[in-house]
Amino acid sequence: MDSQELRFVASRIRRRDLQAVFEAGAGHVGGEMSVIDILTCLYFNELSVDPAAPLDPERDRLVLSKGHTALALYVVLAERGFLPRDEISTFLKHRSRLNGHPNRVYLPGVETNTGPLGHGLPVAVGMAKAAKLDDRSWRTFVIVGDGEMQEGSNWEAIMAAAQFRLDNLTLIIDHNRLQQGARLSETNDLAPFRPKLEAFGWHVEDIDGHDHSQICHAVSTATGTPGKPKCVVANTNKGHGISFMSDNVAWHHKVPDESQYRQAMAELMETGE
Amino acid sequence: MNAPFETARLHDCRDAFVGMLEELAAANRDIVAVCNDSVGSSKLTGFRDRFPDRLINVGIAEQNMVGVGAGLANGGKVPFVCAAAPFLTGRALEQIKADVAYSQTNVKLVGISSGMAYGELGATHHSIEDFAWIRALPNVPVIAPADRLETAAAVAWAAVHDGGCFLRLSRVGVPDLFTEGHVFELGKANLLRDGGDVTLIANGVLTHRTLIAAARLAARGVSARVLNMASVRPIDADAIRAAASETGAILTCEEHTIFGGLGSAVAEVVVDSCPVPMTRLGVPGVFAHTGSANQLLDDFGMSPEAIADSAVALLGRKV
Repeated sequence: MDSQELRFVASRIRRRDLQAVFEAGAGHVGGEMSVIDILTCLYFNELSVDPAAPLDPERDRLVLSKGHTALALYVVLAERGFLPRDEISTFLKHRSRLNGHPNRVYLPGVETNTGPLGHGLPVAVGMAKAAKLDDRSWRTFVIVGDGEMQEGSNWEAIMAAAQFRLDNLTLIIDHNRLQQGARLSETNDLAPFRPKLEAFGWHVEDIDGHDHSQICHAVSTATGTPGKPKCVVANTNKGHGISFMSDNVAWHHKVPDESQYRQAMAELMETGE
Repeated sequence: MNAPFETARLHDCRDAFVGMLEELAAANRDIVAVCNDSVGSSKLTGFRDRFPDRLINVGIAEQNMVGVGAGLANGGKVPFVCAAAPFLTGRALEQIKADVAYSQTNVKLVGISSGMAYGELGATHHSIEDFAWIRALPNVPVIAPADRLETAAAVAWAAVHDGGCFLRLSRVGVPDLFTEGHVFELGKANLLRDGGDVTLIANGVLTHRTLIAAARLAARGVSARVLNMASVRPIDADAIRAAASETGAILTCEEHTIFGGLGSAVAEVVVDSCPVPMTRLGVPGVFAHTGSANQLLDDFGMSPEAIADSAVALLGRKV
């Protein structure tokens, strides 16, 4: 799929996500808008996954460690055929498979249950290690939030991934510079990530996390260093694509009112067509 | 120390654990061991020498250790995640909850040197809350074997069980209570001694002491039943109900705080369906003082004599 097609798909996913947040009256719309381009490029261009065989041992693994943006993953999985598109309308409803954080027991295509931050990367290290033990070619990708990198468990996993020489592991940091309550720079400012990850022995790519060609290139096997795990620092905007949400800390999990919803939808329509 | 331990007959259950693990790993290349720098204290040096690629040492990083275990399971491996019980269950409790229990992954959690095995090192190194923590979680059976034979049997069971579990092992020497070839059954108590006046329920290193207590009680004219309850969750409710109706009183004995452990689990069954007087022996809700595991058990009223005395006192409360 070329960048133009990916842009259309990502726009459609953004609109469906926004609609579901509006209808459910809840969600984490800011972080969903920042991660959707990354998820779109992975699921439509890179990952070897098959909705007809979601547990195929040879599949690539994707872990959404920033599990609060589950809705973005659900919409992407629906677009890829892992669940019916119209099931998105059940998001957060009583007994829905689509609760606020992804659950592998409920939903094929989800690899591990996330929600508490700092869990996805250690699990992804285990996945990548399993593939190495068996000399298999499937790859593991994990998406974390930049604020989530404040969790110490991630740095435990970063050490281990380098020690285990997991060049089949790609960590993507959704670097939107905002966490729930404030900017990273006002909290625990981990940026810049590159020197820190490099110091731990990782190969690092710094990209525009909304540029589909840059994302696709960075997550592909075209980049990397043999024997080193790869980190893609995806520079993104929280609330990307919606002017009044973009880079605005207020929109971590705020829900738009009717007029905001219409404006946001109109802006997404404009950029996606 | 009051218990008549004969050192020559006592076994460290870690040896049985690694012996069985190596045997199983030789036959199943998917079995791996994950540890937190605890190769020696988990007695995994033999495993490492035989299967160097399959000993995954994440360093001193317990949260990552459990997460890595869950990822290995996702990739088709059968990980035995081994660490000192207080750090495995305490430091990594949220990983056990989210990555193992909630995600329903095939991770075998092995808590080494549980209870007060690290007696003199102090309460940071005691694991007397782990029954409560782990049995509160769905999908992770909680198992505390009583001797080397039950340990080996539980490890063999865990390797073929489709799902996670928590094996709570000690390093405190215990004699053989079972016979060679013992088969572990999840959720089944073992009747080690029959009796009609009172039932003593224990697991782990306390089963041995409880059996001695039952012999002392016999000398005092009291017929005590002894149930080994390695499986704390699921628990053998039928055996508990039978004990309540047939003996009319139940005493539990555990190397754990009395809040939320074996005694609590037994009491939940008793209060729900067969109310009888109970006594719960264990650590009485305090951080233990300095002492060896055996000294501390004695201090907390779990010498065989004290157990017998508590049972006699309990008889006085029978209706």
